[in-house]
Amino acid sequence: MQYLLLIYEDEKRWSNMPQPEQENEMAGYLAFGKEFAASINAGKALQPTTTATTVRVRNGKRLSTDGPFAETKEQLGGFYLVDARDLDEAIAMAAKIPGAKAGSIEVRPIMTFS
Amino acid sequence: MTSIDELYRVEWGHLLSALIRVLGDFDVAEDALQDAFAAAVVEWNGAAPRNPVGWLYSTARHRALDRLRRHTRFEEKRIAIAEAMATPSRAPDVLDDEDAVPDERLRLIFTCCHPALSAEAQVALTLRTLCGLTTEEVARAFLVPTATMAQRLVRAKGKIRAAAVPYRVPEAGDLPERLAEVLQVIYLVFNEGYAASTGDTLVRGELCAEAIRLARLLRVLLRDPEPELDGLLALMLLHDGRRAGRVDERGDLVRLSEQDRTRWDQVQLEEGRTLVRSTLRLGPPGPFTLEAAIAAVHSEAERADATDWTQIAALYERLYALHPSPVVELNRAAALSFARGPAEALPLVDALAEPLAGFHLWHATRADLLRRLDRRGEAVAEYGEAYALAGNDAERRFLARRMEEVGGAGN
Repeated sequence: MQYLLLIYEDEKRWSNMPQPEQENEMAGYLAFGKEFAASINAGKALQPTTTATTVRVRNGKRLSTDGPFAETKEQLGGFYLVDARDLDEAIAMAAKIPGAKAGSIEVRPIMTFS
Repeated sequence: MTSIDELYRVEWGHLLSALIRVLGDFDVAEDALQDAFAAAVVEWNGAAPRNPVGWLYSTARHRALDRLRRHTRFEEKRIAIAEAMATPSRAPDVLDDEDAVPDERLRLIFTCCHPALSAEAQVALTLRTLCGLTTEEVARAFLVPTATMAQRLVRAKGKIRAAAVPYRVPEAGDLPERLAEVLQVIYLVFNEGYAASTGDTLVRGELCAEAIRLARLLRVLLRDPEPELDGLLALMLLHDGRRAGRVDERGDLVRLSEQDRTRWDQVQLEEGRTLVRSTLRLGPPGPFTLEAAIAAVHSEAERADATDWTQIAALYERLYALHPSPVVELNRAAALSFARGPAEALPLVDALAEPLAGFHLWHATRADLLRRLDRRGEAVAEYGEAYALAGNDAERRFLARRMEEVGGAGN
């Protein structure tokens, strides 16, 4: 099974964080990446939502607006695409992502088309 | 001979758990088992085979295979089931021994109570799959339309399949936490049957029986003793044992202090008390065990005024240490008012004003203390507050009666 682990947290927390703490958290992500290297297919951090553009097509007309899809207290800040035996293994992995301590990780199974 | 109805009730969860294991899918297993029971009605013609459980299991497996053969889009599952059936050690075609149908209910209960499912879905799925209640019965018990309940079950099973919620007993490290969640689900089932005074009372009484059955089953399935499981079972036995005294002829709730104690089920209460005593010997008690101990003390008193309130207050104090909630503290204060008098309890109740001012039982407790202290004017006002906040008709009738008694005596 493949799961997408979506990391949601208050992006202001990161920008307001003193540098030693930022380094500490980065080290946590490096450690996570190393521990689950065999299971991680992809993983990226995202630029803050101030850089987001939301695109919709309505009646054939393209509409681009500034900002994320929805204004929320916690924002999508990054993701991992991982292999796991089942949901329990995916949840165990999600719990080890440093962002889980301050924010939340949404675990979504990847759809397969046969 | 056991009737098919009885087999359905007693063996549904066992058979379904084994079929899910082999077929790898809740819906396929459920449909197949439904088919097998329907076939039994026709084919047994009143005379069950020597091993009815084995017959139902074999028939359900064959039906599932037939069904999957007809639906090529289930190609993957077809292969899986064909492989499972070709493995002779796992499932011989003719079963002579009832033990040959493996019991996978422990896996089933952990999957149904998986935290990735909503609490509502956990309860519904547990009742449908483990207890064998029909969707209509579960819907009626929870006072929702059958279509709503059916949709809730479909969604839960869909999530189990799509997100790969495992069909497995959690590993030792996760077991305590997951077991605590299973106990919560069983307690929710019980409370749904016990606490509410509305709805189809027959079905609701059945929910209490199902919760007790689940707890007993879990005790058999788990190899090691689990003190809180025993505590929960004792708590349910002790509450359910008072059922007959809890409602009057009109169907109104009767308060514990006013119940006809000769109507209590002493056999069930004694089983509960014995269980509490043995659980208390296992080590420091958890919340369920403490609540069961409180219920046990109540059940021991032949009359309400013979209740050992000092012990009850002490038990609430221990419960508060584990679970510091203002409602527990309110109960402790009420117990103390009987053990040492209302004057001592009133300041404790007053101190809870901030968290509990919106809770009718806080006002009712305070009113009762004021009444017993002969502060009638304040008592009437407090009963009025409680009356305005109470949501239950039976409770309102009681409060109105009290208000009249106290107010009338003052005039």
